[in-house]
Amino acid sequence: MKTWLTLLLLVFLPAAGLAADSSFSDPEDRHFPADYHKVDSDPEKGAAIRKHADDAQSGTQENFGLQPVHDNELFAVFLGDRLEYQTGEGEDLLLWDVQAWVGADYNKLWFKSEGTWLIDQEKFEEAQTELFYSRNIASFWDAQVGIRHDFKPDPDRTFAAFGVQGLAPLWFEVEATAYISEDGDVSAGFEAEFDLLLSQRLILQPRFESSIALQEVEEYGVGQGINDIELGVRLRYEFRREFALYIGVSWNRKLGETADLAEADGDDIDATSFVVGVKLWF
Amino acid sequence: MSGNQNISRREFIKATGAGLFLAGLHCALPLPAWALTANSGITRATRRRRYDLTIGYSPIRIDGREGISTGINGTVPGPLVHLQEGDDVVLNVTNRLMDTEHASIHWHGILVPFRMDGVPGVNFNGIQPGETYEYRYRVKQAGTYWYHSHSRFQEQTGAYGPLIIDPKDGEPFAYDRDYPVVLSDWSFEDPETIFRHINLMGHYYNYQRRTVWDFFDDVGDRGFANTVSERTAWGRMRMSPVDLADVTAYTYTYLMNGHSPDMNWTALFNPGETIRLRFINASATTNYDVRIPGLDMEVVMADGKAVRPVSVHEFRIGVAETYDVLVRPRKDQAFTLFAESLDRSGYTRGTLAPEAGMEAAVPALRPRPVRRLEDIGMGGMARGGMAGMSHGKMDDGNNPPQHDPRIPGPNGPTPFKPEKENTNVAMVIMNPRYRLDEPGLGLGGDGWRVLTYGDLVSTEPQTYVATVDREMTINITANMERYMFSFDGKKFSGHPGPYLFRHNERLRLFLVNHTMMEHPIHLHGMWMQLENGADKLPFKHTILTKPGGVLSALITPIEKGDWAFHCHLLYHMEAGMFQVVRVA
Repeated sequence: MKTWLTLLLLVFLPAAGLAADSSFSDPEDRHFPADYHKVDSDPEKGAAIRKHADDAQSGTQENFGLQPVHDNELFAVFLGDRLEYQTGEGEDLLLWDVQAWVGADYNKLWFKSEGTWLIDQEKFEEAQTELFYSRNIASFWDAQVGIRHDFKPDPDRTFAAFGVQGLAPLWFEVEATAYISEDGDVSAGFEAEFDLLLSQRLILQPRFESSIALQEVEEYGVGQGINDIELGVRLRYEFRREFALYIGVSWNRKLGETADLAEADGDDIDATSFVVGVKLWF
Repeated sequence: MSGNQNISRREFIKATGAGLFLAGLHCALPLPAWALTANSGITRATRRRRYDLTIGYSPIRIDGREGISTGINGTVPGPLVHLQEGDDVVLNVTNRLMDTEHASIHWHGILVPFRMDGVPGVNFNGIQPGETYEYRYRVKQAGTYWYHSHSRFQEQTGAYGPLIIDPKDGEPFAYDRDYPVVLSDWSFEDPETIFRHINLMGHYYNYQRRTVWDFFDDVGDRGFANTVSERTAWGRMRMSPVDLADVTAYTYTYLMNGHSPDMNWTALFNPGETIRLRFINASATTNYDVRIPGLDMEVVMADGKAVRPVSVHEFRIGVAETYDVLVRPRKDQAFTLFAESLDRSGYTRGTLAPEAGMEAAVPALRPRPVRRLEDIGMGGMARGGMAGMSHGKMDDGNNPPQHDPRIPGPNGPTPFKPEKENTNVAMVIMNPRYRLDEPGLGLGGDGWRVLTYGDLVSTEPQTYVATVDREMTINITANMERYMFSFDGKKFSGHPGPYLFRHNERLRLFLVNHTMMEHPIHLHGMWMQLENGADKLPFKHTILTKPGGVLSALITPIEKGDWAFHCHLLYHMEAGMFQVVRVA
């Protein structure tokens, strides 16, 4: 009897230990802890229970030529995230930052455009457009591949673009895109936004934007390293979900070589602006 | 009407002229006779074997605003379909929605041959504009049911009505009056627009989100660390504990028998009478909490099947469920029938009164509840730092999860292991809980008795064998941020084929809810007997599953064919939480 018990212990203890351990080491098994499956109900009942139906009769699903539900619906949307007037230390300008996409849950065609119009000089300072194929690669993330074309500053340039866009933990809306210009210069841009609800309609949105370059491109005033950072905070009132007016402050600063280039040109390296604008989508 | 003030309205309605009077009103109001305010209830006289139902565009007037509905025979709700158990019935349904792909009527909860079940793309090819489909079946059951369109969003715009079947051997309980109470949700917005809004922005209709001030309140109540870790836990999952309903009172007017709260649908009674109220939740997306302040309700039927009477003060009725309750008002006063939406954004109400025109106090809406991390087995995480759902550690081991003996079967549900790249699944509940004995979110703390699924004990004959042949687990999954809803991580269009049930087997079906919402899961063509620990298991056609919960139902597929299986929240179904069950 003793030997039998010892044998049992020798066999079972390591096995049990392994089983308990593996449930925490193998990520696939973590959905349920191992001891959740202890058989403790009526064994007679369980003995004959099968897990799968015979699938001999399964064939293609007959659907009479109709879909009972339409779960891959195509949507199209235009998002005017920032349409604003900026005034402050720098020149007064109009800024647009818009996106539009068309697609279903997994695949989308995504258009983005961003730029500034200098009011006094009556010219575009920057005008950038991007076109992406966007694929849902994780629950909250889209991978994006496409091209970017800068109409301004002169001369215009074209880039290959790769990025991710989505919702980071803690509800940060994030866009990160890497670019390779037609001349082979590599750069990247990063944007993050966050909504802070003061009321159901009054929302404070801090915003961070930065760009970085691997090579200096003097022609465009781009230095190597981190080019600039922009911090903004916008307070919007949502008259309805699709339409909000906002006011805010935006501060940007050029850094490193980029700042040196700007100073050499006699430009300011930082600027604070007050903004007023509209955020809408339809 | 003013000329009749000298005699009581009650007596007037009882008079022989009532029928003609109601018929006259019927022409003036887009409501069927059974749903008119201050009617005296339904009787056996309305029972028929043949119905002609026409789905067409018809005007609807709610609180003075006019809209276009897809009503049946011109009304919202549609006419009462009143049948008798054992009869062979004929129901001709005509589609007069000339710009639609198809229309249909599904007889919710009725056991029919599968060609009569009415789901386009599963049972037949729908009813094309201008055409009539003849539904023909023998009625094999009795009780309170309903019918509705299964085509796109026609149900949201009014294509629904009550279906009542009288038992051939007499009712199992006595009562004096009988009223169907159809709860629904109406929006003047096009449901296509609603669907687009919630697809593009999950919180579009939610104006009860947590603000900065709620954060400070919570810090005051629970301390800074607890509040931050709770917010962080939700933020990491990118889910909101106050995402309780996709569509809210922002766009909905909640209706009782087609009446808004202001229109105050009224049911008449004489003090001392026993009144049967047949609550039917015909909403597209609204789960209701129902109570009648001042009256006990005796729940006598759930989903059309008799249960051991339970006296409660409130019950939650999921979309597509039905509950029959008996009330016995003794006093000569009015009582409010109060149905609050689960998210507390609105309510509908009616009145139970001895005279037309009476009103009782309407209770205030209770505060919007907040889901707890504990509900999804993450309670330890709010304290002990962070661990993600599908990739994290369990809490520190002082609370080792165990097989809850209340979860039936030798092993409980099969663990769910979606592929890592499956973007349909935002969350996997590692240790789903048995929650049938809980009244549900926001209920149970008011000092009155609330019905739970654990209270339901069938009093119907148990006709199916008890021995379980087979077990199967279906996981309810979603990525709510992207408005993707699915079973087992696959939207309808992503499934390789139907779920297979064997004819006449005894199947234990586990439903594990891996989402943060209540989903009313409906299986067509056969009963689900909810394994709630009762010695006689209650029969259900729709089961409201709780977030993070596991439950099981015993099923005997009695009719071969293809059957729909889906979440009855209309927009979840349309977003992919739908599948076909093949009985072969």
